[in-house]
Amino acid sequence: MQVRDLYRRYGRVEAVSGVSLEAYPGEILGIVGESGSGKSTVLRLLNLEEPTDGGTYTLDLPDYAGQDLFALDRFAQRDVRTFHIGIVYQNPHLGLRMRYTSSGNVAERLLITGERTFATLREAARDSLAASEFPLDRMDDQPGKLSGGMQQRVQLAKAIALKPRLLLLDEPTTGLDVSVQALVLDTLKRLQRERQITMIMVSHDLGVIRMLADRVIVMRNGKIVESGLTDQVLEDPQDAYTQQLVHAKL
Amino acid sequence: MPLLEVSHLSKHFTIHHLDREIGVFEDLTFTLDEGQFMLVVGPNGAGKSTLLRCLYRTYLPTGGQAIYHARQGAIDLVTAADIDISYLRTAEIGFVTQFLRPRPRVSALELVAEPLTDAGEAWAAASARAGEMLTLFNLKPDLWQAYPTTFSGGEQQKVNLARALIHPRRLLLLDEPTASLDVPTRTALVARLAELKAQGVAMIGIFHHAEDVNALVDAHIPIVAASLELTGDMADVVE
Amino acid sequence: MTTLSTLAAARQDFAYGFLDSAAKRELRRRTLKAIAIPGYQVPYASRELPIARGWGTGGLQVTLSLVGPESVVKVIDQGADDSVNAVNLRRFIANMSGAQTTTDATRATLIQSRHRIPEEILSEGQALVLQVPDPEPLRGVARDTSLALQMHADADYGQLWLTLYEQLVRYKQYVEGASYPSLVNGRYVISPSPIPRWDTPKLHQAAHLTLLSAGREKRLYAVPPYTDVYPLEFTDQPFQVENQRAWSDSLTGVRNKYMTEIPNPDGSARHEISDTGYTEKLKRLAQGEAVGVGPTYFDDQGNFYHAGYLKRAASR
Repeated sequence: MQVRDLYRRYGRVEAVSGVSLEAYPGEILGIVGESGSGKSTVLRLLNLEEPTDGGTYTLDLPDYAGQDLFALDRFAQRDVRTFHIGIVYQNPHLGLRMRYTSSGNVAERLLITGERTFATLREAARDSLAASEFPLDRMDDQPGKLSGGMQQRVQLAKAIALKPRLLLLDEPTTGLDVSVQALVLDTLKRLQRERQITMIMVSHDLGVIRMLADRVIVMRNGKIVESGLTDQVLEDPQDAYTQQLVHAKL
Repeated sequence: MPLLEVSHLSKHFTIHHLDREIGVFEDLTFTLDEGQFMLVVGPNGAGKSTLLRCLYRTYLPTGGQAIYHARQGAIDLVTAADIDISYLRTAEIGFVTQFLRPRPRVSALELVAEPLTDAGEAWAAASARAGEMLTLFNLKPDLWQAYPTTFSGGEQQKVNLARALIHPRRLLLLDEPTASLDVPTRTALVARLAELKAQGVAMIGIFHHAEDVNALVDAHIPIVAASLELTGDMADVVE
Repeated sequence: MTTLSTLAAARQDFAYGFLDSAAKRELRRRTLKAIAIPGYQVPYASRELPIARGWGTGGLQVTLSLVGPESVVKVIDQGADDSVNAVNLRRFIANMSGAQTTTDATRATLIQSRHRIPEEILSEGQALVLQVPDPEPLRGVARDTSLALQMHADADYGQLWLTLYEQLVRYKQYVEGASYPSLVNGRYVISPSPIPRWDTPKLHQAAHLTLLSAGREKRLYAVPPYTDVYPLEFTDQPFQVENQRAWSDSLTGVRNKYMTEIPNPDGSARHEISDTGYTEKLKRLAQGEAVGVGPTYFDDQGNFYHAGYLKRAASR
């Protein structure tokens, strides 16, 4: 995945300014920054949820090799977003339909692609939920009745249901109990290993980044201030802001 | 056959908010051949660990070169792209520290087998090999399925070593691997290192009990504190 | 001598068919558009009529725009020609157009119906006008109409299918007893008005024209003759009509026609075929009159006239 010179403006505020990054197959790229750094905006742009004010975006996909995804029409973008990208939001209410069943949330992804056999839908939902380490005896519970960690697992199952090559995660464990966080992160690590999915994970939590990310990008006020291998950025930060960020960790 | 050619390597830290530069070492030059074992020596706090971390790219060297002859060609570790370093770390260069970073709910056996499964090996073979390594380092079999997050320091270290040494590497960087180990395990470690050395693995190590590895050492790398201004104690500015 | 009175038509108190010519023209054009795009909901300017919204104004407007002096009109409400509303509408249409009326489904050229399709097979040249309360099959799924329109435009019915999935998970069966969402001509999903499941298959590859109109919601849509209509179903969970195989009509003894259940004073139940025009014919036939009873969509053994269209469930 490659993004060049990304720009996004809301009125006079430049939320994202000149961001370029790439992610290699099977790696986990972390994006760190404080609130307002633009990291979540970058993720939304990568999910083709919002129009961009500048920049190009390419994914190494058979049908879209070399094409700027921002320049595609609405239908092609929806196609890419459905089949090739999965996203997990910080707030499960954004990513899930709370009043449907958890298995239904996952099955919807297949329904969108035209799957019309009930048994296939059940099986696919089971597979995805199991891969997200969600207890199958609760697969027909509504997400609204589940704990935060379980809700994130349902989101994850939904995101990987169509076996996308790119998974976007926006603070997936923020707000969860610490012990639950560790479990969810472990599931992500397992998924990366077993399915070779490329993940881009936004977090303000350096512990989470250290645990999962192979490389990390530090953002501030819409710009990238530093990037490198996770251990290097966290242990030998070069930029003044990064040094502050790293040393401020309690 | 030279594996690593370091020339004029130097490292200093720039602490922006204090507006300070802390020198660690400078103008370091040495060559490491395949199958060679070099011991890093110097006073405490002089920067021995820093050297290893610079070679592993956990720290960014500030000057000089470190040409590493990878299977696919020569590459300067100082200026290599992150993705290439990432690759070298999984395939060719290993780092053994005192500290294990266990993940919750991952058993000792899984952690040790991980380098093999990451490289694509099947679980059956990988876990068998992991078992051999854990046996070598004297971790009781009834702990293999347990979670290292609950282990003592010494037990964690055994898992650490097994994991670090299971996958064949070409270059091993060892940062005080024998700290917190009992004597039998230290012996097992040295034996394993000797084995690997005989297979052509090159090693650069810092050892608290240098006498353990006397028989393996081919050369020394002396680290002397940098001549750049070193104000204040290292420990109090750098975490 | 030529006077104005000889040249002009006689002054009337109302336009032919009650609606003025501009209204009729608009409705006919909208109807043609609906027929040209099967299943697509065409918006129209719904006129004021002497009955209130919710009482059949949509169906009535379509009927009034199509009726002519040679038309033969049948009006039913839940299958009955003699219900108050049906009688009311039929009288109004007849007064406004001078058309003939009938209770015989096979003789009518124009049938306006609330919530039922007659049992006898309709043929080419007949038009069925169904009254629709809510034309939007996505109402439960997308409350916002602009979202629903977007979904129809993109043929993005994923969420509608999701509600069917949820029904199977929760209740082990599809739950809609009427207005069962159906796919027309492989493109648009419609709500076929609150006809019972029994009637939904009658829309598929029919010889007659079906027009559906919602007066309050101001939309009309059509199923042209010989158009594919399939109720939404998963490949391994077939759509089923009501199981009334055990019931028989208390007046004629006939089976496998759509019946309503009527409680007896003693608590037991008897059943009556809801299509009164059809039972009327059967009664007269039994009394020896020469009455032409047409073939029915479901024969007396319960087989549907298009073989293979309805799949029996393997087991529940």
